Amino acid sequence: MEQKYENYFVPEQSQWPIIGAVAMFFIAVGAGLTVMQIDSTASSGSYILYGGIGILIYMLFGWFKHVIEESQKGLYSAQMDRSFRQGMSWFIFSEVMFFLAFFGALFYARVLSVPWLGGASNNAMTYEVLWPNFEAVWPLLTTPSGETTNAMGWQGLPLINTIILLTSSVTMHFAHVAMERDERLKLKIFLSLTVLLGAVFLGLQVEEYRHAYNDLNLTLQSGLYGNTFYLLTGFHGLHVTLGTLMLLIVLLRIFKGHLDSKQHFAFQAAAWYWHFVDVVWLCLFVFVYVL
Amino acid sequence: MSTLVDSQEQNPEHHHTPKGFKRWLYTTNHKDIGSLYLIFSLTMFIVGGAMAMVIRAELFQPGLQLVDPHFFNQMTTVHGLIMVFGAVMPAFTGLANWMIPMMIGAPDMALPRMNNWSFWILPFAFSILLMSLFMEGGGPAFGWTFYAPLSTTYSNDNTALFVFAVHIMGISSIMGAINVIVTIVNLRAPGMTWMKLPLFVWTWLITAFLLIAVMPVLAGAVTMVLTDKYFGTSFFDAAGGGDPVMFQHIFWFFGHPEVYIMILPAFGIISTIVPTFSRKKLFGYASMVYATSSIALLSFVVWAHHMFTTGMPLAGELFFMYATMLISVPTGVKVFNWVATMWRGSITFEIPMLFSIAFIVLFTLGGFSGLMLAITPADFQYHDTYFVVAHFHYVLVTGAVFSIMAGAYYWLPKWTGHMFDITLAKWHFWLSLVSVNILFFPMHFVGLAGMPRRIPDYALQFADFNAIISIGGFAFGLSQLLFVAVVYKCARGGESVPNKVWDGAEGLEWEVSSPAPYHTFSTPPEVK
Repeated sequence: MEQKYENYFVPEQSQWPIIGAVAMFFIAVGAGLTVMQIDSTASSGSYILYGGIGILIYMLFGWFKHVIEESQKGLYSAQMDRSFRQGMSWFIFSEVMFFLAFFGALFYARVLSVPWLGGASNNAMTYEVLWPNFEAVWPLLTTPSGETTNAMGWQGLPLINTIILLTSSVTMHFAHVAMERDERLKLKIFLSLTVLLGAVFLGLQVEEYRHAYNDLNLTLQSGLYGNTFYLLTGFHGLHVTLGTLMLLIVLLRIFKGHLDSKQHFAFQAAAWYWHFVDVVWLCLFVFVYVL
Repeated sequence: MSTLVDSQEQNPEHHHTPKGFKRWLYTTNHKDIGSLYLIFSLTMFIVGGAMAMVIRAELFQPGLQLVDPHFFNQMTTVHGLIMVFGAVMPAFTGLANWMIPMMIGAPDMALPRMNNWSFWILPFAFSILLMSLFMEGGGPAFGWTFYAPLSTTYSNDNTALFVFAVHIMGISSIMGAINVIVTIVNLRAPGMTWMKLPLFVWTWLITAFLLIAVMPVLAGAVTMVLTDKYFGTSFFDAAGGGDPVMFQHIFWFFGHPEVYIMILPAFGIISTIVPTFSRKKLFGYASMVYATSSIALLSFVVWAHHMFTTGMPLAGELFFMYATMLISVPTGVKVFNWVATMWRGSITFEIPMLFSIAFIVLFTLGGFSGLMLAITPADFQYHDTYFVVAHFHYVLVTGAVFSIMAGAYYWLPKWTGHMFDITLAKWHFWLSLVSVNILFFPMHFVGLAGMPRRIPDYALQFADFNAIISIGGFAFGLSQLLFVAVVYKCARGGESVPNKVWDGAEGLEWEVSSPAPYHTFSTPPEVK
């Protein structure tokens, strides 16, 4: 037991974090200016944004490469591994809280503010004076100001996507079992399958957005129904993209012969993250699409 | 053990202090990063303080004299944002970086490179925020709480920069908090069991949990503001089915725990200093731990007490009123414990102890005005008046900031190896103590008399008190320059101090030499 306390690896100086901070600066300034320039012809903001993203990708490559080398050299002790695992768990917890803000908005609107606009509770006068023609139903297809849209049904693409993502969680689990038993071939097959399913999910999600914009007139501006629909599914899509990239990096490492049953934090982290986006999708499917 | 030897052979320079500016840019050392956080915080404290001076100068007399109202609004907004996110929070993170590894016998923070990243994001985030002040249209002017529709329909075009600055600040805070939590859970020296942890470590553990839980909610809130303003969504607009009140709920779900993020580490510092100079063990250690945890849990169910006048169902107002009052129970436990620690102790009044005693008295005062504000029907009268300003400045300035000063004076000799200039520090303390009360105490009176907050001009009957408040403000602001002088002198030199700087002090940090070597506890100590 004493031994495990003696090997805690404190890395030497590293240039990657400051490069990451510079990247964040350009991304924040660039994103800010891009948004501010939406209605104008100026495009300086987007160049800064792309520059920042470029630096971030460079930083991630460099930092990951460095960490992977350290890991391959065996510098990381079991205690280090626990730090990584705990860090990842808390990161996922922060992501849960991020989604909670948007789910909170959804529930607040559905349970409280939309019925209030329709005159519920003590808001009869709000309804009579401000929005006398408003009907408080969910999905909110006609906003108080009279904009109309159509709801996204759950039967078509969303159901298929649910099945795809649930399947990918199962293949992820099989890959995990294979990893723990050092069954490399099985691991490669199941992990590749998971990445593939993630990519298919994203492709179908794009198709669904296209369908919503072209056929259903359901846009980001379509009142609170469209707002919550796009922000929740959109941020989920971003997280699936991130998760797929993480899995892809892990897959490439596995093909290079990295990671085994004893040390596979990177795999574990990506797997946890994948199960997390899966659970978020289930909540989305139930509360955004079905109910 | 072999791996450690390997890594040292590969990097022979590893255990020497690196030189030059790269030391600070590339550092993975918790002490360096702690110093960076503290220096950054002090800088922001001066910048945010300068903005407060502008506010007080304008309010010295009724009428509009110095700045136009739009600029005044930018000053109140950015003053708040800078003091909360740029001064108080980084100061606590800096103290955490410096002290937690030393207090628990760890070689460093658990994730040293991420630690560097979370610090260096901050100067960039605040330069974006400050930059927007100089752009056409100006900086954020909707109050630090950025209520919709002020921040959506009525805000200027530069709001996007505010939003993204807050985003990266949030990322920085979350990474910092993850680091603290993992360090405490995973890197305690053998024998450092949970109920032996120094209270500063305990309070920071709980603070870090709060940070991870609520900073993402703030990110969600600013994101919705961004899409409402620029992308045509209507989260906070009733015409599209949304509700501006929803903004306040989301914001204060973040905002109230945020308040405790700024005070729990202060409790930890005071609980460290009071026993040292009373030469007694802390009274009721276990109850302190449970009180801190209860405050943290309760902080999640009291947010709507900021919104009593906004309107909510009667049951909601009652619930949030009683839940808020409930917080005074664990807070009272803490205050009684500090007083009981001092009871019959051999008290001496060194500078950290002076600040701590001032904290206990004045923070309690701020707590009492908080209790008054918690009473819903009374709050209808106090809401958005200077009474509220008085309340939160008592808990944040004479609370959080005084505790940071106390902590800085307490550990400064350990960091630098020199005793600070005690005479100058005494001047700093007494001038601060007197001026801060001239500054904030009359705010209670003008508030109760009905002077609204966040205005550049006011009715004539408030003129005398406002002149007094402004004089107190300038005096307090200038007194803080003494603190800068004390810190600078102490860093440059002074009388050498022994390992155990204060003779009643306890804890692992006093067992390492002064100044603390660049690397401490590379092999963990055995804690009995």
